[in-house]
Amino acid sequence: MTIDHGQAFVEEAHELLAELENSLLELEETPEDMDLVGRVFRAMHTIKGSGAMFGFDEIAAFTHEVETVYDKVREGQLPVTTELINLTLSAKDQIRLMLDGPQTGEAPDGLTSGEIVAAFQRLASGTEVRNPPPQERLTGSEGASPPPLPGRDATFRIRFLPSPNIFLSGTNPLLLLDELRAMGECEVVAQLDNIPSLADMNPEECYVSWDIVLTTDRGMNAIKDVFIFVEDDCRLTIDTIEPGAHGEVDAPHKRLGEILVERGDVQDEEVSKALSEQKRVGEILVEKGITTSAKVESALAEQEHVRKLTEKSQAKDDGISSIRVPADKLDVLVNLVGELVTVQARLTQTALLLNHVELASVAEEVERLTAELRDNTLNIRMLPIGTTFGRFKRLIRDLSQELGKEMEMTTEGAETELDKTVIERLNDPLVHLIRNCIDHGIERPEEREALGKTRAGTIHLSAVHSGAYVVIQIEDDGKGLDREAILSKAVEKGLVFPNAELTDREVFSFIFHPGFSTAKEVTNVSGRGVGMDVAKRAIDALRGSIDIASEKDRGTTVTIKLPLTLAIVDGLLVRIADDHFVLPLSIVEECVELTKEDTEKSHGRNMANIRGEIVPYIRLRDEFNISGDSPDMEQIVITGMNGERMGFVVDNVIGEHQTVIKKLSRIYKDVDAVSGATILGNGTVALIVDALKLVKDAELRETACG
Amino acid sequence: MGKRIMTVDDSASVRQMVSFTLRDAGYEVIEAQDGRDALAKLSGGAVHMVITDLNMPNLDGIGLIKEVRRNPAAKFVPIVMLTTESQDSRKQEGKAAGATGWIIKPFKPEQLLAVVRKVLG
Repeated sequence: MTIDHGQAFVEEAHELLAELENSLLELEETPEDMDLVGRVFRAMHTIKGSGAMFGFDEIAAFTHEVETVYDKVREGQLPVTTELINLTLSAKDQIRLMLDGPQTGEAPDGLTSGEIVAAFQRLASGTEVRNPPPQERLTGSEGASPPPLPGRDATFRIRFLPSPNIFLSGTNPLLLLDELRAMGECEVVAQLDNIPSLADMNPEECYVSWDIVLTTDRGMNAIKDVFIFVEDDCRLTIDTIEPGAHGEVDAPHKRLGEILVERGDVQDEEVSKALSEQKRVGEILVEKGITTSAKVESALAEQEHVRKLTEKSQAKDDGISSIRVPADKLDVLVNLVGELVTVQARLTQTALLLNHVELASVAEEVERLTAELRDNTLNIRMLPIGTTFGRFKRLIRDLSQELGKEMEMTTEGAETELDKTVIERLNDPLVHLIRNCIDHGIERPEEREALGKTRAGTIHLSAVHSGAYVVIQIEDDGKGLDREAILSKAVEKGLVFPNAELTDREVFSFIFHPGFSTAKEVTNVSGRGVGMDVAKRAIDALRGSIDIASEKDRGTTVTIKLPLTLAIVDGLLVRIADDHFVLPLSIVEECVELTKEDTEKSHGRNMANIRGEIVPYIRLRDEFNISGDSPDMEQIVITGMNGERMGFVVDNVIGEHQTVIKKLSRIYKDVDAVSGATILGNGTVALIVDALKLVKDAELRETACG
Repeated sequence: MGKRIMTVDDSASVRQMVSFTLRDAGYEVIEAQDGRDALAKLSGGAVHMVITDLNMPNLDGIGLIKEVRRNPAAKFVPIVMLTTESQDSRKQEGKAAGATGWIIKPFKPEQLLAVVRKVLG
């Protein structure tokens, strides 16, 4: 852009110089023609001004000397002489040389230039002191020069009393206030005392003044810069407010009323009554006509501003201090809290059984505190996964550019919280998986278009709590895994017999074998066959599982399931016959009744009509093979997962339950439908239902049948 | 935005630089090459701000400011003068005539925009 304008300047300057020559020659004949002198001056002025703007500093400095002399000629302080004309003509030639200099590569002749400058300076100094050189800094814009140094926050009291005719200079005082607001915490109180009655008011005059309290780190000069254009048209005072002056408010000594109450001389109510009759100092001052309510309001605003500031700085100080604690100490704490929650459940139940009012109220108190303790303890270790997702945005952008592909990334469940160490250790495997997905999964834009897909591929990252697990999915809409290629490679590697019957899932799991790659060429992103096995090992180390589903030309979904080592969740306790189960409360939407009649009407299709919407349901009694007849009136717990609703039929809904998740022993590790167990207040065990898994199984059965 | 700004300067390169910067920032720009040209174009439609050079043939910046302030329709329009003058006197003259502010040449595009935002909001 500068080059462009620079070129425009050079052309313009050439025109001006040609004009200048004509003017000078004319001037030689009629030295008294002031119009001509003006033209010469303006030509020099423009060359100087524009030259400086476009980086021709040498020309600007040189022309400045000529301009100074012609300014004096214009003012009648110097006569037009042949010597001056000659000198100006050689100056003109010099400027042309300087203009062409950079183009032709020949440097302007320093000697001549110096001589001319000296001659002009001699002429100028013949009369008066010379003007300062033209390298002044712009003073009229505060935004251009950043604040000198990120200084400390300081608070200023600003009184801005514009002159009544400020509007006549095209100034909008409100913009100045906006500018102040942009600088930091700012309180503005308008003073309206000077507004005359309507009859006397001139709508073109400004009667309002403003009191402003501003906290900023930009310093006094930045504030003055805001008012630079109006400083002559207003009364402006800027003072610094020392925070210390207000810090004494919380002085340690007691107030008189408090002491009297303590000594039993007066009742509390009497003091407050007396206090309410007492007027505030501001009110008294206003009443006596010493000041106006607006002034008091402004002072109160300042007080409030400073108070808030003090609070904030204290809060900030508190926030800064942090302690590093070894993670195993936190593990112990979390375990203890888990035990406490279990004991508390027993306490509550005991209080209920004994029907003891006082004990019940204590139990309630303990329950409340335990819940808070639980949340806080768990929170110490938890971080939202969103920051990790955010980092992948950049990765995807860079990789797709490198590989000449177009990518879009969407995320879901960024607020899902995971243990800090889990998140950290999850980063590398996720990077591997995403790389693979971009390199092998997503096709080039042209290929995608040929397949009728959008040019840009999509990667969808999602995280969701599912019982005692967090499920992270990486979904892409690329070409999917090549089942045949993987199978033949597996055969070639001797991992499987050529004629083995394998499910898709089994076939896809081969790609997690070390050194397994079907890529025909190795890119520097992936294809070496390392990565997937590393990712799997890392997930295994976190005691999680990794699963791949893929459909040719439709895309691939990688599902990572991670256990929360020990988590305590809010659950919904339900009962079927004599067995208790817990559903994670986070997925529960509502509970509705299901009568025998309803069941008959649905002709065994396991569909319920919830306010006009058809919701499928799963009978947990059937699912878990619990013997006995279901009651006439059952309950459906309606859950929402992945945007779909699903009901779970139980005998009875008991209520909310703080669920300390205990792992089941290794013997039960193949039990899919249950993600863990918890101990109830009476010591019995309730199983935690893995709702997501149940829904998946049910879907699989449906597709298998239909 | 859609705010319309008039730039008045006898130097085509300065006009070009000012217009380019302002258009780039989303303003609409009208160019005028001197005070007389500016007054003629001002009557053509509403202008939200004027940026004018001071030294121009036909009608100079000070004269332009005075004329604009005399026009009831443009009385309160912010006017910023471009000046290379280091002396206060021309600035004061401009202020007295009713200029809102000033920018001292040479200036950078961001300095120009800062002043525009300051007086135009």
